[in-house]
Amino acid sequence: MRRFFSKHWYAWAMVAPVVVVLAVLILYPLGRGIYLSFTNTTEANQLSEICTKSITGTQSCEPNPDAAHFVGLDNYLHVLGGQVGEFWPWLAITLIWTVACVVFHYGLGLGLAVLLHRPMRLRNVYRVLLILPWAVPSFVSAFAWRFMFNEQFGLFNGVLKGLGLSPVAWFDNQWTALLTAVVTNVWLGVPFMMVSLLGGLQTIPSELYEAATIDGATPWQRFTNVTLPGLRPVSMTVVLLGTIWTFNMFSVIYLVTGGQPAGQTEILVTGAYRAAFEGIRNYALSATYGVLILSILLVFSVFYRRLLRRQGEVW
Amino acid sequence: MRIRTAGVVAAFALALVAAGCGGAEPAKTTDPKDLKAELTWWDTSDPKNEGPAFQELIAKFNQTYPNVKINYQSVPFGEAQNKFKTAAAAKSGAPDILRAEVAWVPEFASLGYLYSLDGSDLLADESAYVATPLSSNKFNGKTYGVPQVTDSLALLYNKKIFTDAGITSAPKTWADVKTAAATIKAKTGKDGLFINAGGYFLLPFIYGEGGDLVDPASKKIVVNSSADVDGIKIAQDLVNSGAAVKPPANDSYGTMMTLFKEQKVAMIINGPWEVNNIKTAPTFGGLDNLGVAAVPAGSKKAGAPVGGHNYVIWSGVPQEKTAAAIAFVKFMNSATSQAFIADKLGLLPTRKSAYDIASVKSNAIVSAFKPVVDAAVARPWIPEGGQFFGPLDAMATEVLVQGKDPKASLDAVANKYKTEVVPSYSAS
Repeated sequence: MRRFFSKHWYAWAMVAPVVVVLAVLILYPLGRGIYLSFTNTTEANQLSEICTKSITGTQSCEPNPDAAHFVGLDNYLHVLGGQVGEFWPWLAITLIWTVACVVFHYGLGLGLAVLLHRPMRLRNVYRVLLILPWAVPSFVSAFAWRFMFNEQFGLFNGVLKGLGLSPVAWFDNQWTALLTAVVTNVWLGVPFMMVSLLGGLQTIPSELYEAATIDGATPWQRFTNVTLPGLRPVSMTVVLLGTIWTFNMFSVIYLVTGGQPAGQTEILVTGAYRAAFEGIRNYALSATYGVLILSILLVFSVFYRRLLRRQGEVW
Repeated sequence: MRIRTAGVVAAFALALVAAGCGGAEPAKTTDPKDLKAELTWWDTSDPKNEGPAFQELIAKFNQTYPNVKINYQSVPFGEAQNKFKTAAAAKSGAPDILRAEVAWVPEFASLGYLYSLDGSDLLADESAYVATPLSSNKFNGKTYGVPQVTDSLALLYNKKIFTDAGITSAPKTWADVKTAAATIKAKTGKDGLFINAGGYFLLPFIYGEGGDLVDPASKKIVVNSSADVDGIKIAQDLVNSGAAVKPPANDSYGTMMTLFKEQKVAMIINGPWEVNNIKTAPTFGGLDNLGVAAVPAGSKKAGAPVGGHNYVIWSGVPQEKTAAAIAFVKFMNSATSQAFIADKLGLLPTRKSAYDIASVKSNAIVSAFKPVVDAAVARPWIPEGGQFFGPLDAMATEVLVQGKDPKASLDAVANKYKTEVVPSYSAS
């Protein structure tokens, strides 16, 4: 053991600063969050003493009657049992949201990547234009899309009215509101998928396509038998990344729908934010949500990795 | 020699202690020019419509106190509560003085973030303040702020549309509103009323039937009582019958103000904070076109919630700066300053003497709002007070926009109050 360390001490020395920074920035808050979820800490009872200062210079301190204490698994039981907060509706919306977004991200990204793979005029211009949505800060895009969907003054209802159709109240219904958020997120996320898949396409050797053409494969057969399998390493990675990012996509839901109507488009992360920062801040409840979200994503990653390994990917 | 030195040192130490004890009280004989400090003030008023008037007041303050520098920061109203709590908990970055909405003061006080002002110069003339706005500053027997402006909800209407439709006086009950809206639609084609899909703006309907959100005296949650349900049913009926415009789920408040300023809707329920906005709107026709009346009554009474803003001082302000902070708040809240604000912005003063000043008496908007505010219903000033409106906003969207059953929605609100806001209260 000592020989192992002494043989590679320089490696450990070089890695040490990064480990320390990661521990401080990620491990400590994570550990503290998990600890908080086992207590009933809120902003109001986090102090063991409440001190009232008078502007005339005196101060009176008294012990907090209901100071925060350890409650064990109570928070988890209440959240999962539906007594506090709305975990299950939020989880359902989050799953629908994630699946819809990733399907469209991947589908549109793949389509655009295949289109751009062929040599054509102005290809570079198209590539730059298609990357622009990714370059614009997401909250700017969110506000722009939100205004375009505005029932009275927005662009889409203006176009509908111009065509003689009745305007749609986008944010009044749960599903149309979710649709607006999905549209915005797809617009924001397609460039990343497109760029990654385009890179993946370029690694597929063209001899495979030539061989397939000689064997008499139709374009669709070439796509399903050469392109898709060749893209599998890239696809698996971007789908995993896309799923995790979309699951945790706070800004789009918070800024485009704000959880409207009546909190019916809230996802888990925006719901946890509201518990943490609206009204008297409930640190324990939001830490509970955080741990639950992390657990869900961890389980998903484990199963996903097993699925990849069974298909022969070394990942 | 040694004994003498010891005696000198002892006397010196004693003098220091005496000075330390005496230095805690704000010196009453300080010349204003001697007062030196740098204070930060977070103003939550609208930066375009209301901010400039307050900055003019600061310039006037500096004429008397040239060495007190005021760092004016305009903080958006929606974020100020959170920002203050974060900064105060971190003990750095919080402002010295904050313009706090009435519902925030009990919450901040309960967390120990504010100085209590009892015994200081600011409360020496406590009785000169109007009672209800002052009551919002009291928590647990101590007073934590002084009221700056008070407001309530009133029925704001477009005088021109009323004349065109042949309506001579503002409607007095919700039933009158329904008939007036029908007349307006028939004669002018414009919409009658716009009810904002927000919990606060549905309170007049609830109070009108004699209902309330909670009863702090008996610690009961009453938001889903039959009176409340009746009140919300009236609001839903106004929207369903077409008397009120169906509000959008998103940006309902912004839509309401845009439609009113563009003269597309005749009546809205809103407060005096929008008066300057309406005055400067090019499409409205100036304040001569604005009519102000009390909110229509339900079957029991006409009731609107009391709102407003208070000056509070952060408890982390070092003792040396408190004298300057007190002098600043005292100036900004004097009768003349309040009359100045009333004159410029139409906001209502909280000092009884301010209403006797000639410019305030002749201010049409202030005189129109005064009876409205006098009849306003006090809200429970408990730390959880601000948290009532989250579930209430969701209820407003469900009932007005999605047409859900009021009793079911209000039951859900009551349940949320019991599990998350006031768990120690009993459900009805």
